[in-house]
Formats: sequence, structure tokens, C-alpha cells
Amino acid sequence: MAKLVSLAEGVAELVRDGDTVALEGFTHLIPFAAGHEIIRQRRRDLTLVRMTPDVIYDQLIGAGCARRLVFSWGGNPGVGSLHRFRDAVQNSWPVPLELEEHSHAGMANRYVAGASGLPFAVLRGYTGTDLPRHTANIRPIECPFTGETLTAVAALRPDVTVVHAQRADPAGNVQMWGITGVQKEAVLAARRSLVTVEEIVDDLDPVPGQVILPGWAVTAVAHVPGGAHPSYTQGYSVRDNDFYRAWDAISRERASFEEWIARHVRDVEVPA
Amino acid sequence: MSADYSSDEMMTVAAARQLRDGTACFVGIGLPSTAANLARVTHAPNLVLIYESGCLGAKPDRLPLSIGDGVLADTADAVVSVPEVFNYWLQPGRIDVGFLGAAQLDRYGNINTTVIGGDYTDPKVRLPGAGGAPEIAASCGEVVVIVRQSLRTFIDRVDFVTSVGYGAGPGYRARLGLRGGGPKTVITDLGVLTADPVTCELTLTRLHPGVTVDQVRAATGWPLAVADEVSTGEPPSTDELTVLRALEATKKAGV
Repeated sequence: MAKLVSLAEGVAELVRDGDTVALEGFTHLIPFAAGHEIIRQRRRDLTLVRMTPDVIYDQLIGAGCARRLVFSWGGNPGVGSLHRFRDAVQNSWPVPLELEEHSHAGMANRYVAGASGLPFAVLRGYTGTDLPRHTANIRPIECPFTGETLTAVAALRPDVTVVHAQRADPAGNVQMWGITGVQKEAVLAARRSLVTVEEIVDDLDPVPGQVILPGWAVTAVAHVPGGAHPSYTQGYSVRDNDFYRAWDAISRERASFEEWIARHVRDVEVPA
Repeated sequence: MSADYSSDEMMTVAAARQLRDGTACFVGIGLPSTAANLARVTHAPNLVLIYESGCLGAKPDRLPLSIGDGVLADTADAVVSVPEVFNYWLQPGRIDVGFLGAAQLDRYGNINTTVIGGDYTDPKVRLPGAGGAPEIAASCGEVVVIVRQSLRTFIDRVDFVTSVGYGAGPGYRARLGLRGGGPKTVITDLGVLTADPVTCELTLTRLHPGVTVDQVRAATGWPLAVADEVSTGEPPSTDELTVLRALEATKKAGV
């Protein structure tokens, strides 16, 4: 049964320096509040894993939490580049950032393999691209039945996966709906998991398209209303597209970025 | 007809016209999403829009800023997981058209959206990377690329192959076992290029009104193949422009 914790407790117990950490959520349900708590607790040397390291990882990278990034698309969707990500890659600021780069299909399948307890997944992918040259985690494989050459990708096994969801019950059963991305796979692939939720309710009334993570498959649940902002939570909030646009200017210069992180993340009082 | 339109509007309208009603289209964010939604609201009401966030058959009444805005899930026929959209829907070849952008493109339609200049570990410019594009380029029935044409984007050799087009030329896709048809059409702010069925080379086949062949050549970083007969496309109709501008306004409003 998942433990009910505060956000600060959950991050303190489950996210450790040097860990491989996946914060997932495909545009929807991005666990921003948990990311901010990781910054406040000054985690270091993390290997950050995420299909779409958008604004949340730009913040973690700029705040110096990451040593390595495993990803498939690093931009501010519909807006442009991630300036902190670029500064880290091009100028090693504030610390050098190592990259391991994939396609979405590859990353999704790597989580599936991790969740399935397999060492790798197989797909038709990456063929003819330059991506396999830069990582050992993409290899050709021969189909034992047809002899066809396919692509194998190594399983992802994060130390901890963090996701945001609509609701949980007191036993820590988690319910999410809308675009649920790769969260189920990312949680099941990880050794530990932390789920932040909008609400804790006595009964999880069924919702069309829902994904349920049973409480016994989740390590900890924290009640964090609004924890996905500026991303959104279907049924609770809408995507704050204005913030995503504003981030472009905030993050462009190191000084304005640091001022923003100080004011909106580091100096924010959170319940212990 | 309205003579008062921008080259970007002409490009988006030309791209929308390329999409046939009733087909399934895997849509990237930005220009592809704008064009696909324009097509759906104008001549292709039964165009099935597939977004990589897992939204199948999305029917947004306003332009999403990202590939996962709530309006896409709210209006979709089905919302599936990300592994499912790639494994069950894209990979087996169920999607007719893949609609992609590019930062760099070469004569065989190979696309770079990863790094520019320097080398991979120390690039001059770090771009967002692959996203869904490599498998979209590999597995869709055909690929339509929408990109502004300039010497910066249309280059002799891409710095990094993020998504493969016709590789090094004829036979390349077959040798790799790629099942999709590849980048048959490239739509730019100057005109339309079509992959030659024999040489696989992108060939100028259509100009937008008021554009000359020399202008297109000057914006291309290789000796451009030009069709024997180059047609001139129709300018955007009043209806197309009205719908396009209304869609763009919904994006700006951020509703």
C-alpha cells in the first residue's frame, strides 16, 4: 500500500543525489511541483529521464540538479528552444550536461521493457538515422523467426519515477485520465515511485479512459493540488500557455532565470 | 481572391490542400498542425488527425499550442497511451501521411532537427531532437514536409540525419527495410518540390504566385532539379485565408 506523505517528505525519502529520475507526463499532468521540490532540496548529479524535457527539465537543468539527460525531444512545445538546456549543452552552464538521445518510439519502448521486466524492447525504429551512433543503448537485432533486422533498445529502469495524477484514495490507489502518456510504464519500470495528486477522495468513481495504478504498485502519494501547473490536469485546470510563452524570455538569460527560480521555487515556503 | 497574404500563409494553405479527405495524418506541432487543422475545417472534414500524445481523430476547434493540449483529448475519437500510438498505430503502417517540419533538409528529403554545426557533442546550435519524427518518416504511407526555404535550411548535406528520407538515393529505403513511402512532397514558402520517382531527388514542380524559378534556386544549397513544366499554384482563396486567420487568432488568444 502506498504511503501518504507530504511532497517534501516524498522527495526527501525517494529522490537521492546521483539517482536516475524520471518525471513523466506528456504535455498533460507534468509533475512541476515535485520538480520544484527537487530543486529546493538541492539534489545533485541526477540522471534525468523524460521523453519531452520541456520547461520542467529546463528548470532542473538550469538549477544545476542534472549531470545527464536521457530524452527524445527537448523543446518548449509550440514556443521554441529550451534556453537553459541549450546553455548547458553548448556552454556547460551551470554544470556540464551529458546527453543520451532517442526517438519517442524508442523511449516509449524502453519504458515498456522496464515495466515488463525485460532487458530490451524491439521496434522498427531509428533505421537510417544518426541516432544509434551516439549511444550503446540502440542496437540492431535479427528476428529469430523471419531473419529481418529490427532495432533493440535497452530497458529503462529509473531509481524513481515521479508523476502527477487527478486523484488517489486513502489506500494510495491512483486514478488518472485524459492524455496518460507513458506514466503507467514509467512507474512500473521504476524501483520507487512518487505520485502527486490533485485530490485524495474516499472512493475513486470510474471515469472514461482512466488508468488505475494500484496502491501496492506505488511507493508514495502526496496531496499537491495544482501540482502540474503550468501544465494542466484534465478536469481540474487548463494548460497555462501564457506561462510557456513567458518562459522563453525568463529563461533566455542566466540572471533572469536565477531570479525567477529564487522567487518562485527556492524561497517558496512549503509544508514539511 | 485576395492578393493580400503572406508567404507563410501561402505555404500553410498549399500544405493544407495537399491533405486528402478521409486519410489519416500524423501531425507534428507548429506549421504541420496549423495546416492539418486548416484542411479539416475547409476541404477535408473527414481528415483523421493523429497526435503523438495519443490523441486519435482529434477535432480541435482552436489551434493547440502543444501536441497535448486538452482540446485534443476532449475532441478525440480515442486517447491511447504513448507506447500504443507508436507501436499499434504508427509502426504497422496504419497512418497514410506523416506531416513534418525540418531545421535542415537535403535533396533526398533527409531531415535534421538535432544539431547544427560543430560536432554532435559540441554543436554550434542544439535543436530539440527527434521526437516522433524518425518513425513517422519511416512508417507513414508518405511524408509531407513543410519548411521555409533558404540556404540555411536547404543544404547540400544535413549535419545530422534525424529522420531519413531517400537516404543516398534510389533503392536506399528498400535496402533499409523501411516500409513507408518517404518524403514525396516538400511545401515551402516559395513553392512545392516533389520527389522524382526515378532519381528520388526533390524537384521543383510548382511555384507559388509571383515566385520565380531563379528565386527558388537561390534559396537552395544544391543544384536544384526543376521539372520540365513548372506550374503556378492558386493563391489562397478568401475562404482559406479567413479560416486560417481565425485559427491563428485562437492560438494567439491562448484559449
